[in-house]
Amino acid sequence: MKTHALWTRLALVGLVSLMAGCAAPRKMDYSAFRQAKPAAILVLPPLNESPDVNASFSMLAQATYPLAEAGYYVMPVSLVAETFRQNGLSNPPDIHAVAPAKLKEIFGADSALYIKVTRYGTTYTVLSSAAVVSAEAQLVDLSTGTQLWSGKASASSDESNNNQGGGIAGLLVAAIVKQVLNNMTDASHTVAGVTSARLLSAGTPNGILYGPRSPKYGQDTLN
Amino acid sequence: MTSSPLTRLAAGLCLFAAIGLSGCAGPKPLYEWSGYQPQVYAHLKGQGKGPEEQILAMEEGVQKAAAKGAKLPPGYHAHLGLLYLNVGRTDQAVAAWNQEKAQFPESTKYIDFLLNNMNKNGG
Repeated sequence: MKTHALWTRLALVGLVSLMAGCAAPRKMDYSAFRQAKPAAILVLPPLNESPDVNASFSMLAQATYPLAEAGYYVMPVSLVAETFRQNGLSNPPDIHAVAPAKLKEIFGADSALYIKVTRYGTTYTVLSSAAVVSAEAQLVDLSTGTQLWSGKASASSDESNNNQGGGIAGLLVAAIVKQVLNNMTDASHTVAGVTSARLLSAGTPNGILYGPRSPKYGQDTLN
Repeated sequence: MTSSPLTRLAAGLCLFAAIGLSGCAGPKPLYEWSGYQPQVYAHLKGQGKGPEEQILAMEEGVQKAAAKGAKLPPGYHAHLGLLYLNVGRTDQAVAAWNQEKAQFPESTKYIDFLLNNMNKNGG
């Protein structure tokens, strides 16, 4: 009796470690996503961990493009933010705390996207300055509260700029000029568009799956 | 040595073909975006041009998409409706929201919620 239980336990441990072994290269588990078949995504105003007060609105305004092009209906972000505001919810943390069932009842969306901006803005270092935007996101099924997908992405204005000649002094001047330029032209918002596209486009490794409005719906090649 | 008109024509054709091919290779977007996201950002920030100018820019986008026979993205008509509502053009707000609903039935529940609220508030 006792040995029998021990064997069962050993077998279970073996099975679990086997499964953990499979998961080691960090492959996304899409089973819940495929089962839920979300069609409409409610993008909640993002949480902001950066010092820039614009970060939340900036990321919210950039979120529709990749999701809609992936084949989802994206609830109108400005109107949704207005509905929350009229119901006394202006802060993203309060909005993220609303129960999934309540969100579903009001907006009729089958899923919600919870975004957190972890970095947003221009950082000045000795030799370079760059606008950097990093974010994380979770897609949640509003009927069950289950997480369907999660991801992280980052982008920087410096990616395409190679250091040009002119020595250290030239670099310093270039860095200052660029920082001024970056702030003037709202560079972070532009970079947020790249972050959003990396984070929320379908057809990328570990990315979201194509939605029902895409001709590629149901044809995702999972690597 | 100067190139003959024939070789120049051939080179031109090659270039033309290359442009044509690269055009085909790129993924075709599902929607005609017509500045939707920058409009939303300007509105959310509460800066930039006034609501009337935002409305004009977005109405222009509607016409351009219609002329091309292209589809506007999710939220476009809904956002335009919000802009109409904010300047008191209620009938146009309702019409824009109904357009969102017609193009994207996924929005039906939310748009109906908005229309009901509007009626309750005596809009």
